[in-house]
Amino acid sequence: MIPGVDGFMYPNEVELQWSVLIVLYPFVTGLVAGAFILASLERVFKVEAVRPTYRLALLTALSFLLVAPLPLQLHLGHPERSFEMYTTPHRSSAMAMFGFIYLWYLTVVLLLEIWLEYRSDIVRLAQSSKGFPRLVYQALTLGSMNVSPAARAIDDKVGYAVTVIGIPSAFLLHGYVGFIFGSIKANPWWSTPLMPIVFLFSAMVSGIAAVLLLYMASMKLKKWPIDMRCVDTIAKYLFYAFVIAFSLEMLDLIHRTYESDESFRSLDFMVHTRLWYSHVVLQIGVGTLIPLALLAANQLWKFSEAKRRVMYVTACSLTMIGIFAMRWNVVIGGQLFSKSFLGYTTYKVELVTREGLLAAIALMLLPFVIFFVLVKILPPWQETEAHKA
Amino acid sequence: MFTFRAVGVRVGKFFRDSGHLIRPAIVLLAGLGLFMVIRGAVVPKGFGQYGHYRPGALAAIRQHPVVYAGQATCVLCHEEEGKVRATGKHAHVACETCHGPLAKHADDPAANVPTLPAVATLCARCHEKDTAKPKTFPQVVTAEHSGGMACNDCHKPHNPHL
Ligand code: HEC
Ligand code: HEC
Ligand code: HEC
Ligand code: HEC
Repeated sequence: MIPGVDGFMYPNEVELQWSVLIVLYPFVTGLVAGAFILASLERVFKVEAVRPTYRLALLTALSFLLVAPLPLQLHLGHPERSFEMYTTPHRSSAMAMFGFIYLWYLTVVLLLEIWLEYRSDIVRLAQSSKGFPRLVYQALTLGSMNVSPAARAIDDKVGYAVTVIGIPSAFLLHGYVGFIFGSIKANPWWSTPLMPIVFLFSAMVSGIAAVLLLYMASMKLKKWPIDMRCVDTIAKYLFYAFVIAFSLEMLDLIHRTYESDESFRSLDFMVHTRLWYSHVVLQIGVGTLIPLALLAANQLWKFSEAKRRVMYVTACSLTMIGIFAMRWNVVIGGQLFSKSFLGYTTYKVELVTREGLLAAIALMLLPFVIFFVLVKILPPWQETEAHKA
Repeated sequence: MFTFRAVGVRVGKFFRDSGHLIRPAIVLLAGLGLFMVIRGAVVPKGFGQYGHYRPGALAAIRQHPVVYAGQATCVLCHEEEGKVRATGKHAHVACETCHGPLAKHADDPAANVPTLPAVATLCARCHEKDTAKPKTFPQVVTAEHSGGMACNDCHKPHNPHL
């Protein structure tokens, strides 16, 4: 008897190959895609109310994007070899192709859009700051000080175009993460063409919730008033995205239940035993139904500002937990059952190993450190807000 | 009024105001150029010539000394063992599966006399009971089955049938 194993497992299934770090990877990438979609609401779909979070969303996306590949690198025994994915890419490798999507998204979409958006601030700061920061800002201007209204108008047009290209790119970025799981035909828990879409919408949900939380937290720290019109609008879009995401997940569930293929009994058993807490209680109950109810209540009734704030913070925090649970259930859940459908194993998170809990926590804190630094270098606060204070 | 001059002024103004957009493009191209240079330096010569690997790998692998002689070579000298084995269930288990790589011995038998396999661990490697093995494969719980005796006290390794 092997400890932690019930029934029959093939020898290579007893120990999980994909650890908590591989859970972080889709979680973090999802936040990137979601934050960017929120930014595009303002830029492309002209939802003026969410303007105060536009820059914040871009910086959030960048901070998380920079961290996105790190869990994968840390998972590898030879991280330095992962760059061979770029130098000698294999066209049949989904991961190799994903590397290029990542680079495209980082350079052509996100960095360019941030640069265009911040250009006038960068030029202003390059002139007003001193010493080392001055050098940094001068480098960031890329040598052009032209921020005439005509030049800014062109920036605006190009920025718009970049965002328009950025939306499908963000979809591709996170759809691809879903694709990597959905295309594993040997694993019935993953192998469904719905996977990229389910991932995409849950990404939007988590990204929007993250930006909303970051915005409210920043305002709290700065002791500035929260723009309730903005927060209400974001909460409304969060609700929409959530309804779609939840429907898709339920569609997947109903489809699996009705189809009841040879894997169903095994997966069903798993959901009722090992995944009960993380899947049914955390993901569906605490992480989806409660926040959905809170958000829906706000669409139906009018609450006081203070109540709304509490409801939003609760809903968004629970959402983050729920989406993390969803990634966990996909990645870890997919490895808990035997491909013989006759047995189950357990996953025990280690603490101080390379792929342990501490590494995961450090990786999850890193984007916030980057975010903090980015906010220092490129303040996202518009003058209007500063005046209000 | 349409004049070429007016158009010229507008075009000139357009380029003056959009000139800065060239800069990120240059940065991007510089990055791309740097990547190509690094790629040229680190990708092995002729990569992909025969497949998705370094062609030099073939020559490198060929450099490894041969360690297995192959059982056709063994039976040239050990005709007796060859015959015995061929009549039993181990007919399809090659000599060096049990005896280990013996190319050196085959080249010069007197200088490299092989040590005989340790029966205590050898047989269990294949015959220890395991639910993952096909049911038709002969397996025993060795401790119960042999009662502590060596397998070859009862079975002959080259033809294990009693
Ligand atoms: C060129 C002839 C030749 C070839 C080929 C050859 N052997 Fe031998 N082998 C001998 C001779 C001769 C001895 C006896 C050596 C001694 O005792 O000095 C021997 C001894 C052995 C012994 C040890 C016997 C003992 O009683 O300790 C084993 C085991 C053995 N050979 C296995 C093999 C295997 C397996 C192969 C094939 C890879 C092989 N031999 C190929 C000639 C050969
Ligand atoms: C199933 C494993 C196995 C295979 C296959 C096998 N041997 Fe052996 N062989 C043994 C073991 C075990 C001994 C030692 C027997 C002992 O200690 O009594 C041995 C002993 C020998 C000896 C020493 C003389 C003797 O009979 O004790 C020679 C020579 C030999 N084997 C040659 C061969 C050759 C040649 C082949 C291929 C035709 C071969 N063996 C295939 C397990 C094997
Ligand atoms: C490399 C794997 C391997 C090793 C090592 C091995 N065997 Fe076997 N053994 C086999 C195979 C393969 C068969 C044939 C199974 C079949 O026909 O389905 C077999 C069959 C047998 C049988 C069944 C014979 C019969 O007539 O039904 C016995 C008994 C046996 N081995 C004993 C031994 C002993 C004793 C040893 C150790 C000296 C040993 N085996 C080492 C692979 C191995
Ligand atoms: C005391 C004598 C004895 C010893 C020692 C012994 N066996 Fe056996 N073994 C037998 C007998 C008797 C049979 C049944 C005869 C038959 O079915 O061919 C047998 C059958 C087998 C079979 C075939 C089982 C089957 O289901 O077809 C295997 C495999 C086997 N033995 C392996 C081993 C191994 C491995 C060892 C060493 C750990 C070992 N034996 C030690 C006497 C022995």
